[in-house]
Amino acid sequence: MERLEVLKTYKIYIGGKFPRTESGRFYSPENQKGQKLGNICLSSRKDVRNSVVAARKAFGGWSERAAFNRGQILYRIAEMLEGRKAQFVEELIFQGATKAQAEKEVNISIDRLIYYAGWCDKYTQVLGSINPVASSHFNFSVHVPQGVVGVIAEQSSSLIGLVSVVAPIIAGGNTCVVIASEKLPLCAITFAEVLNSSDVPGGVVNILTGSPSEMIKPLTTHMDVNGMTYAGNDSEIITQLRESAALNLKRISHYDDNWMDAEAQNLYMISDFQEVKTTWHPIENIGGATSSY
Amino acid sequence: MAKKQTKKALTWDYSPAPESTGHIDLKKKYDLYIDGKWVKPSSGKYFDTINPANKKKLAEIAYANEKDVDKAVKAARKAYKNVWSKMAPSERAKYIYRIARLMQERAREFAVIETLDAGKVIRESRDVDIPLACNHFFYYAGWADKLEYAFPNRKVESLGVAGQITPWNFPLLMAVWKIAPALATGNTVVLKPAETTPLTALKLAEVIHDSGLPPGVVNIVTGYGDTGAAIVNHPDVDKIAFTGSTGVGKIIQKAIAGTNKKATLELGGKSANIILDDAPLDQAVEGIVNGIFFNQGHVCCAGSRLFIQESVADVVIEKLKHRLNSLIIGDPMDKNTDIGAINSKEQLATINKYIKIGLDEGATMYQPDCKIPKEGYFCPPTLFMDVAQSSTIVQEEIFGPVLTIQTFRTVDEVIQKANNSPYGLAAGIWTDKGSRIFNLTTKLNAGVIWANTYNKFDPTSPFGGYKESGFGREGGLHGLSAYVKLK
Repeated sequence: MERLEVLKTYKIYIGGKFPRTESGRFYSPENQKGQKLGNICLSSRKDVRNSVVAARKAFGGWSERAAFNRGQILYRIAEMLEGRKAQFVEELIFQGATKAQAEKEVNISIDRLIYYAGWCDKYTQVLGSINPVASSHFNFSVHVPQGVVGVIAEQSSSLIGLVSVVAPIIAGGNTCVVIASEKLPLCAITFAEVLNSSDVPGGVVNILTGSPSEMIKPLTTHMDVNGMTYAGNDSEIITQLRESAALNLKRISHYDDNWMDAEAQNLYMISDFQEVKTTWHPIENIGGATSSY
Repeated sequence: MAKKQTKKALTWDYSPAPESTGHIDLKKKYDLYIDGKWVKPSSGKYFDTINPANKKKLAEIAYANEKDVDKAVKAARKAYKNVWSKMAPSERAKYIYRIARLMQERAREFAVIETLDAGKVIRESRDVDIPLACNHFFYYAGWADKLEYAFPNRKVESLGVAGQITPWNFPLLMAVWKIAPALATGNTVVLKPAETTPLTALKLAEVIHDSGLPPGVVNIVTGYGDTGAAIVNHPDVDKIAFTGSTGVGKIIQKAIAGTNKKATLELGGKSANIILDDAPLDQAVEGIVNGIFFNQGHVCCAGSRLFIQESVADVVIEKLKHRLNSLIIGDPMDKNTDIGAINSKEQLATINKYIKIGLDEGATMYQPDCKIPKEGYFCPPTLFMDVAQSSTIVQEEIFGPVLTIQTFRTVDEVIQKANNSPYGLAAGIWTDKGSRIFNLTTKLNAGVIWANTYNKFDPTSPFGGYKESGFGREGGLHGLSAYVKLK
């Protein structure tokens, strides 16, 4: 007798756990051939709020990790993704990609994680400064993470769009709540499993599936979200983000890159999610000794 | 029964806690690693590397001559031209990450071999040398595809073949400090480790081999000073990186004067460790001990000149003497040992020579009453009081567990005294007041200054000296400049 395959249940990812949506709702997106991708969680605004709470809780610990340690963890994500490449390729093909496209997408995603892993302990060296103030003070500026960042992932890709935005956000010490692609949700949840097995603390990345039109509002108007980013070019969404941002002065960014381009990565995607902090410290200036030797 | 026991005086001795050597894999004989293969030296000569803690032979090491060095440089050149300089930087990065990971996986083995070969205590090789070395590869791997950010508005090019000569005090770490940035920036390497401590560099060659790095990108040749000279004088080497004594550094600078070889020299030091009157004194005493007795004082940036503000001098010296009596000197493989073996017979002779000079010049010596193992090369921690700025032991680098102690009254005075040295590698400052720290960091002429800490290293932090302590920096963004030309 032929063995019956066990199907995977796609759930959402909040605070390092895989719950179903609290609403109990689902939707069933289909591929071009009309096959159902699965019964996917149709997350609610309550799920959004729960995710923000989880992200906030994780922020202190994650942002205070040594930069080197964050780099090691991002590298570990890449290692885990490499190990599960076949699963992602299969899902991408099921969602409509060719084999070559799917492989390329996974490879670029892995390399992008490595790229940002490398930045973790370097971006402050490139972006920071010692400021030569005229008074007798030691004055320096460093980049520090914004806090909790809301992410509307690219809707036209399943994996690469999400990875390309989440990597620089967490490399910089932020935590995030991600609204995955509505029509291509499979890789987002499988990627959550990768995160879950890569020493990424629970709550650093939270991933929700469902309808962006339903989730964007509770996320962008949430008073405990510090920044919002959108990968796409829908001007209505951009306007909505900008308007809601005014509620608590959220930092807004949006990208319209072709993430499959190997060059669609740079330092400034990290600094987009950073604040600049300047410290003043007095220099005692007594006596006449100089460094003339 | 219980009563009887309590009458006995309690002794708080540590039980031996030796690290196991069961999981290391050492060959009897090591050849040269050239062009991705282990090759025999053309002279057919080998020399012994020994464990300085018991003088037992660990392995035989190939002695490379000019011919072998030429072979290594040719392999490096070929790999540079055909493979390494053409590879996408992000792929180069992935090779270096691989090496870092393979080293992390074998960290314990590296630590044990380092301790056997160098005499340094296992606690230090396990917790400092090896993790720092792995992290250094990790850090520079990430730079490989980000060089345009390190040098804005310039086109970054690699140099070609880098000849690298490393010392015996941190054998693996120094090798990695040199190899990692060289590879990240697209250069190929011929490296010669010190003759008394070649083993971890050869183990690194194994890791590099396992990583699948293209043949010839890293070549390891072992030998003595003449092997190093052959690298320095080879016409097809584009860059010399040397860590070692100021004497040899000067010879190298002269030897390459008529060539276009680029050089970085990380040389000796006589660093000042300054204790101000408001310092947290117990913490400062720990810092003094760490500053001079870390790695038996075989540290180029060792805090070998102690300056204590007069008002607290007596109490600091008393605390320091007390602390010296609790240091454990002995088997480097024991996890409780604080001070291990002196690296070689020659170095022990040098240290003893300086101790004699100190006594002859009238300084007051203090050594704790401690047991020294009979086998192997050991030297007790040593303090010298009643020394002057002009004393030989204050002026010259001893490179051993010997500390000179001077006092001062004002901050001005200590700045003048600390800077009055041909060296300028590092300095330490101990005070509770941040504003005093920044006054001193502004005015002390040293490449690295530690405030309320000492002997801290990190891949992101540049290291290197002023004046006769050499030039160029290793580590951090600044460490990249040593291996690039900017157009």
